[in-house]
Amino acid sequence: MAWGDEWVSLRKDGIHDPRGPAVRVLQEPEVALSKLTPDTAGNMVRWVQSLEKGEINPRANLRPDTKIRLYESDVLLNLKGGMPIVRFPHRQHTLWLDCTNCHDHLFKAEAGATKFSMLKILEGEQCGVCHGAVSFPLTECFRCHSVARPGDGKPRPSLPIAIPAGAVPPK
Amino acid sequence: MLNRRAEKEGVRPVIFPHWFHRIRFRCKVCHAELGFKMRVGSNDFKMSDIVEGRFCGACHNGEIAWPPDQCDLCHSGKRGLPTGIVGGHETGGPGRW
Repeated sequence: MAWGDEWVSLRKDGIHDPRGPAVRVLQEPEVALSKLTPDTAGNMVRWVQSLEKGEINPRANLRPDTKIRLYESDVLLNLKGGMPIVRFPHRQHTLWLDCTNCHDHLFKAEAGATKFSMLKILEGEQCGVCHGAVSFPLTECFRCHSVARPGDGKPRPSLPIAIPAGAVPPK
Repeated sequence: MLNRRAEKEGVRPVIFPHWFHRIRFRCKVCHAELGFKMRVGSNDFKMSDIVEGRFCGACHNGEIAWPPDQCDLCHSGKRGLPTGIVGGHETGGPGRW
């Protein structure tokens, strides 16, 4: 069983029809996900780490002529807010996504041209198109708000963002 | 959970498991190459599109994944459930998900 009893069987997940034929055939989440780098939130998998470690090797294209674009720069956001600064890493995002998934309809490519709003994000716009739906949830504040402000000596409350190798999930 | 048309057409709603697919394909394959918009319920396509090789049919063609005549493997949801994101990463906030 996963951290937080996350991976319930398809029969008991509340969405699959337990009387239908699919639940006898489809792969159970626990079978696949329990082998991947564990997380403490969402569906309990560190998807980027799992990809980087080679635990999974998902295809990046179907068509041979598709250009696979990786982009490495980091962007710092929320420079004037009260929370720690946000470091947005392009590299981890473009491992999974294409530039056109976010630009320019969600975020303008020009630095500083997009006004971010945590309220919009919580409503499923901007970063919230994915975070809170298919990528780590919005309750993991400090994974994005990860950079201390200059002169800010106070320790920030930290969430468990790295699980030591060999850690045993709590019962 | 996809139930835009399925139940009206007499079949179970479709459950698309992101976790299963992302082990095998990066997001960009479906959301850039195949043209799936990143908002549940916003992709307006029919079984005829899939049979002709568009959307899910780019893989679900009997070569990369099971063919579209295996109705029950995708149409596997409980009847009466609405289209929406369910499970793992869902944030219990005021979001539209």
